[in-house]
Amino acid sequence: MTAAENTTSHEADHSSMPKGEIWRVFFILLGLTVLEFIIALAVPETIMSHSVKVIIYILLTLAKAFYIVAYFMHLKFEKLFFIYLIVVPTILILGVVATLLHEGDYWLLIR
Amino acid sequence: MSAVTNAEKVKAGSAWGGGRSPFSIEYGKLMMWIFLLSDAFTFSGLLAAYGSIRFSNSDNWPDPDVVFQSAPFIPSGAPLVFVGIMTFILIMSSVTMVLAVEAGHRGSRKEVTKWLLWTVFGGLLFLSCQAYEWAHLHHEGYWWGRIPTEHNVNFSNLFFTITGFHGFHVTTGVVINIVVLINVLKGTYERRGHYLMVEKVGLYWHFVDLVWVFVFTFFYLV
Repeated sequence: MTAAENTTSHEADHSSMPKGEIWRVFFILLGLTVLEFIIALAVPETIMSHSVKVIIYILLTLAKAFYIVAYFMHLKFEKLFFIYLIVVPTILILGVVATLLHEGDYWLLIR
Repeated sequence: MSAVTNAEKVKAGSAWGGGRSPFSIEYGKLMMWIFLLSDAFTFSGLLAAYGSIRFSNSDNWPDPDVVFQSAPFIPSGAPLVFVGIMTFILIMSSVTMVLAVEAGHRGSRKEVTKWLLWTVFGGLLFLSCQAYEWAHLHHEGYWWGRIPTEHNVNFSNLFFTITGFHGFHVTTGVVINIVVLINVLKGTYERRGHYLMVEKVGLYWHFVDLVWVFVFTFFYLV
């Protein structure tokens, strides 16, 4: 199979995102960021404690990450096994973050 | 019966003889993804180190709303405003990058050029904002090994190291975008029959945006 043939079949498999879809994702990302700003600036910590805010920030961040990777980087439309190839190794990141944060707490404790 | 045919296929080399991608993804794109995965580990290492050092000094860590409270023409009292503008610029340049990829699928050289130019512009604008912020913080007494308050100096070290490493990625992204733009203008991809190179640099550019989303949350919000 020549390179040209390969490309044609490749493009038939996943046509690119239509423009309306691109702007929809943009407004979702913008909306989530605006939500983060509202929580940071307009919600006093008497109503929502700082640790609750942090959890919400992290959830909103992961939601934004999902939209960037799934739609802008087009991962959602690749083959399922390729999605696993990229997503599964990132579980290791959760491991290193959990371990090091626990260590940080411990260092504070023993100082 | 079908097993036999499969075995014959293997012998004939049609299934295992190469020439087709098991992920039906082009080789260069696959390699870009693997590189980005390794780069994600690098940034995670830096951010996890930031988290652990911040946790171990949580009794002596500066408040980001106090450190980052100025913007051009607003000397103080405006937390998150400037970084909000920077975040908007980077998301916007991600959108223009997707539009360049979309134009590439249609083979429209003119539109790819237009959207790539906007993306380069957005990248340069972001870098200018970051240069301004660094200069401003440096002026206030923040730098590697220096902090104007009594707080832990690792705040400065980690801030400049991590935003600097991200800024370095933006810089290389802008350079690669310009190289691809020159090739678009020269008609290299038109002769090749596809704009896959725009998609590959696009993946890198979105990754830079992705990293910023995390840097923004963990340095400015939390």
